[in-house]
Amino acid sequence: MTDIREVTVDELKHLVSERAAQGETMLLNMGPQHPSTHGVLRLLLELDGEIVVSCIPDIGFLHTGVEKNMEAKNYQQAEVMTDRLDYLHPIGNNLVYCMAVEKLCDLDVPPRAQAIRVILAELTRLGSHLIWLGTSALDLAAMSVFLYTMREREKILDIFELVSGQRMMTTYLRPGGLWRDVPVEFEEAVYKFIDHMPSQVDEYQDLLDQNELFIDRTKGVSVIKSEEAVRWGITGPVLRAGGMAYDLRKALPYSTYEQYDFDIPTRTEGDIYARYAVRVDEMRESLKIIRQALNKLPLGPVRSNNRKYVPPPRSELGVSMEALIHHFKLWTEGFTPPVGSVYAAVESPRGELGVFMESDGSAKPYRVHYRTPTFANLQIMPLLTRGYFVADVVAAIGSIDIVLGDADR
Amino acid sequence: MDEKLSPIVTALTERFGCEAQEFRGEISLILPAEKLTGLLQSLRDEFSFEQLVDVTAVDYYPQEAPRFHVVYHVRSLSQGLVLCVRVPLDGNAPSTPTAEGVYPSANWYEREVFDMFGVTFTGHSDMRRIVMPADWQGHPLRKDFPLGYEEVQFTFNFDTVTKRKPQPKE
Repeated sequence: MTDIREVTVDELKHLVSERAAQGETMLLNMGPQHPSTHGVLRLLLELDGEIVVSCIPDIGFLHTGVEKNMEAKNYQQAEVMTDRLDYLHPIGNNLVYCMAVEKLCDLDVPPRAQAIRVILAELTRLGSHLIWLGTSALDLAAMSVFLYTMREREKILDIFELVSGQRMMTTYLRPGGLWRDVPVEFEEAVYKFIDHMPSQVDEYQDLLDQNELFIDRTKGVSVIKSEEAVRWGITGPVLRAGGMAYDLRKALPYSTYEQYDFDIPTRTEGDIYARYAVRVDEMRESLKIIRQALNKLPLGPVRSNNRKYVPPPRSELGVSMEALIHHFKLWTEGFTPPVGSVYAAVESPRGELGVFMESDGSAKPYRVHYRTPTFANLQIMPLLTRGYFVADVVAAIGSIDIVLGDADR
Repeated sequence: MDEKLSPIVTALTERFGCEAQEFRGEISLILPAEKLTGLLQSLRDEFSFEQLVDVTAVDYYPQEAPRFHVVYHVRSLSQGLVLCVRVPLDGNAPSTPTAEGVYPSANWYEREVFDMFGVTFTGHSDMRRIVMPADWQGHPLRKDFPLGYEEVQFTFNFDTVTKRKPQPKE
């Protein structure tokens, strides 16, 4: 262990204005334990009175070395860690991991598994947006919304528990399909939830749209237009609130999203209120997708029949020698994809979630890299806060919907 | 290969003399570091690849030449295309020009690659560590960096293991 070295002001000189060196502006530390930073984000603010001159985000407090750990695990084991990255969007993380492995191995996924993946991914999106809505409204002193959104999120988690036995870290999607088929109660439970949910979304909107404090603090604050956002690598609701209708589910459909009829909600203002409006509209669109997927949920297998990558069903183990060998090989050695690298991406609630995966032909991934939306979106914090009040920084952090597990990995 | 992508790839391979590889329908262009900025510039301005999605790297240790590949993914939002650009780098302390001038979003991505792999990006405006602590030694995602683990403590060796554990300083 080396001695802990303190970061000197000289190292940060290029990031603050010259007035900071003369003591005209004040440097203020915000976080990492600030309750409104949604986790452990540290912001170094340079302030001229109440006005933000510059903002230096400092991340890494939640770094867990997931990418390094994945290199030491085989493909099945590494998937379990993906849940823990973006802990509000676990099924989406599984989905993009499975898509990358499926691309690498050229695996097929049966239609029933695809439809269930879509339903669960959209439920996760709803759950993530509910948390976002609750916490970011809480930052802006609209406290009661949080209680309502958590109530509805609990119902989503109940559905996850029903299908996988786990509320949050499900690892339910597997390369080549799903862990197992959904139970018979699944359809009824999801129908019950989506019948009930639209009135709840209206309720949240009633609570916030009539709230003058909320409107005052969100309209015209932290504006970023889509041209600027594209240059800075921004995706997701922040990009769409600036006027660009870009959604990976439409642009490059995956998991049979092309079969479903839904709109991409956009706004043109690019401020915090626009991001809020986009996300609330997205919740309605997600409900539409779930209903369509449920209405025509196909029957059939939920796992690929490719025995080199996907374990055989339990029932075959007692009667087929070959199935037994495949089972043994897959659970001891794992599977070995061909040499190559792929990039797969899904639309997470925060933007483009991508996986770059490289295989060297062994049973362990040679390199897995998660391209996470929070990491990209946090980068524009200086642009979003410059020239606004300190109090607006809190609103801006909430509006880009950060999950630090996603940014630090 | 995607029919929209193939004319772009042909034009780029001719102009920059880079090598195009295809795997599962994805195209990777492999080119030397000094040509990267020019390639990204023409990708952005001529072929409307507006967004730099990601910069990462792969370590091929113990291979020395090239030891690293820096991997760029650029996306065309209007055409729905993704292109992968790989830059091979030799040696243990490589450096490559930054893409920040073309795509400002490269700032943090390249800081992460520097932090995790020790690849220096020349001309970068803020080449500091991003995820690891500022005083960290080594670059964790290199293949010669040990994975590390925590020793399991039992009753009989509790104190000896505690002594070996890193402790916070006064």
